[in-house]
Amino acid sequence: MIRKVTIAAQAALLASTGLVSAETLNWARAGDSLTLDPHAQNEGPTHALAHQIYEPLLIRDMTGQMVPALATEWGPNADDPNVWTFKLREGVTYHDGAAFDSEDVLFSLERAQSEDSDMKELLNSIKEVRAPDASTIEIETDGPNPILANNLTNLFIMDKGWAEANDVVKVQDFEGGEETFASRNANGTGPYKLTSRAPDSLTELEAFDGYWGKGEFPLEITKIKYTPIKNAATRVAALLSGEVDFIQDVPVQDLGRVDADENLKVIKAPQNRVIFFGLNLGDDDLTTDDVEGANPFADKRVRQAMNMAINREAIMKVVMRDQSIPAGVAMPPFVNGWTEALDTIPSNDIEAAKALVAEAGYGDGFTVTLHCPNDRYINDEAICQAAVGMMAQIGITVNLDAKPKAQHFPQINNLETDFYMLGWGVPTYDSEYIFNFLVHTKTENRGSWNGTRYSNPDIDAKIVSLASETDLAKRDATIAEIWAAVQDEILYLPIHHQVLNWGMSNKVETVVDPEDVPKFKYFTLN
Amino acid sequence: MDSVKRAFDSDLAWSFRHSPVAILSATVALLLILAAVCAPLIAPYNPFDPASLNLMNGFSRPMEPNAFTGDSFLLGTDDQGRDVLSTILYGMRISLFVGFAAVVFAMIIGVVAGLVAAYAGGRVDAIIMRIADVQLTFPSILVAMLIFGIAKGFTPVHLRDQMAIWVLIISIGLSDWVQFARVVRGAALVEKSKEYVEAAILIGRGPIAIIFRHILPNVLSPVLVIATISLALAIIAEATLSFLGVGAPPTRPSLGTLIRIGQGYLFSGEWWILLFPSLTLLLLALSVNLLGDWLRDALNPKLGD
Repeated sequence: MIRKVTIAAQAALLASTGLVSAETLNWARAGDSLTLDPHAQNEGPTHALAHQIYEPLLIRDMTGQMVPALATEWGPNADDPNVWTFKLREGVTYHDGAAFDSEDVLFSLERAQSEDSDMKELLNSIKEVRAPDASTIEIETDGPNPILANNLTNLFIMDKGWAEANDVVKVQDFEGGEETFASRNANGTGPYKLTSRAPDSLTELEAFDGYWGKGEFPLEITKIKYTPIKNAATRVAALLSGEVDFIQDVPVQDLGRVDADENLKVIKAPQNRVIFFGLNLGDDDLTTDDVEGANPFADKRVRQAMNMAINREAIMKVVMRDQSIPAGVAMPPFVNGWTEALDTIPSNDIEAAKALVAEAGYGDGFTVTLHCPNDRYINDEAICQAAVGMMAQIGITVNLDAKPKAQHFPQINNLETDFYMLGWGVPTYDSEYIFNFLVHTKTENRGSWNGTRYSNPDIDAKIVSLASETDLAKRDATIAEIWAAVQDEILYLPIHHQVLNWGMSNKVETVVDPEDVPKFKYFTLN
Repeated sequence: MDSVKRAFDSDLAWSFRHSPVAILSATVALLLILAAVCAPLIAPYNPFDPASLNLMNGFSRPMEPNAFTGDSFLLGTDDQGRDVLSTILYGMRISLFVGFAAVVFAMIIGVVAGLVAAYAGGRVDAIIMRIADVQLTFPSILVAMLIFGIAKGFTPVHLRDQMAIWVLIISIGLSDWVQFARVVRGAALVEKSKEYVEAAILIGRGPIAIIFRHILPNVLSPVLVIATISLALAIIAEATLSFLGVGAPPTRPSLGTLIRIGQGYLFSGEWWILLFPSLTLLLLALSVNLLGDWLRDALNPKLGD
């Protein structure tokens, strides 16, 4: 009797509160976000977490379309194409209750251009940012920049007051191993607020009650638990057992197993990302090789031979189980500037490659170390291991050093590796982004991910000219010229474009984001 | 002296002849060791030569021709196209070499520390045994990982692959010396108070001679037992470290590395990469362990029936 009464009372209570049930999504992927500081690392999984908490002026939705976020309207001024005006959304508050206004945008864009920021390359055409009033921002560029808006989709806006109060006006020096308040805490305007974070183990998010987009987006998920699970078998076991609802990287060998499970599904799409090897071709001598006083990678014939030695077909068939598209250029097909001719795969001719190595004077072979991440790209370590075998066939002995991305990436940024694996996604869908980060000489505000030590003033000048070239045909011609040079130099050894395989419980509904960034506010639940 | 030794030997031999478990485990252990030593002669491929690998052979099922190359492998191939049988044989060499060397290393440190502690007594004894006590509070695999991490940090990157095996030996050895030290100290304390030691002191022999010429031979039998059991543990420790990805380099896989690779393909039905190395490791560790158990019983009259 008493029990019946309590049940009735509970039912009444539930009815009166409008049945707000917490819909928790358990989300897992191989690696964690590297830092919560939104400007410290321009890296996929780091942005993926930040996109739930922080917001840029505009974002790409799950299909890749640019849609309003903190700005409602934007575009170059009719009378002066050098100035873009952004109308800011009104009535937006941060998770701590502070109001959002143009001061914060001024502050964030300045912060993202400062010394330790990893987002500088996206903003280097900006001459000045002005805030005529609390809800308007004007960005003046060096010359007309037709793709300025494309560069802002991952540029998160922070609260100026919060940053000042917590002494995080300066961007975290990630490569230098610094930890700051902003690298462990977050205060954004985004749909979810951070409730707890233990790096590499568990991050918890909760729907933000004061989110401006309520009613506009599904926002059906009210709690998110994000767990990085590096081991592929453990990750897929967690999905199969129902411990997690959504994994971003189903191991290619387990696609069939997950798809066959009646409670689970796999959805796939080619990713806007290319995986490649970089070589130190600029230094006079390498630190990780056994050749005294010379850099074998400086010889184009060696690079050409290595490019030919990579058996992309075998990597696709065996390591990737057809979940990749072999690449001949370090640019995904989504990007402006991509052509089928550029993406032609070099022939896998071991004899010719050997002859080239011998011609370069390394017929007796040499030894070098390959640095590789083991929790970032699909089967990254297995690909590197396969490369060890392929390089051995042309006489190059490769020592493999595979480690977590949190240690691998700083080695590239700090120029501490001679031979490394890297993947590059292109959120702007334009070649300029690739050139700015990977091809331009490494300077203060460009070339930060160029680990090749390549430096060519002519190419640099062409890259810089792209930002202000309004004649799109001419701009495309310059892009083609730069790619021709990059391909001729064999600056990078492309491997493939990944195919994304998102695995999830049947109750989750979404499409695959080509940048591999799930934006949970768009997710719906069955 | 000779006759005593012979009697000792024959006792042990008698016990061995009458223990089917001992005979069986010794046979299995010897066969495995022999197979590992002769790996270059009997293995069909050299899995440690990356140039000889063909990635296209990857994931071949046991005794079935590969879909791309048509090659057939007795126990299948792993994810890189390495013949599993050859990799087991070569990998066992690493496991056994690391095991033996680590035990010898631990034994030398432990025996010397134990003898010195027992003979010197006082403060020296206290210091050595407290260090041992502190180390015992940590699981030995944790100690090994810690030492491995530190040693790896000190090794230049381009030498890491070559040095990995030696670093493994040192880390497993250093994590394992305590047992030797404690047992030797106990036995040596008993021996120290015996008359032959007092006689040796009286005739003016130096402490080093007394420790190594007189006491050491009389404490060796427990050391032998611990060494055998430690060998099994060291082999498993090496496999554990490699399984965790901190041991043998991926290009020179040991049994633990193979098991690590194999467990990634369990859900997809590629069972042979995991099963065969696991069985080998089980057989190897079990046979050595049973041999150690038998040796302990045989050398300890108190346990006899």
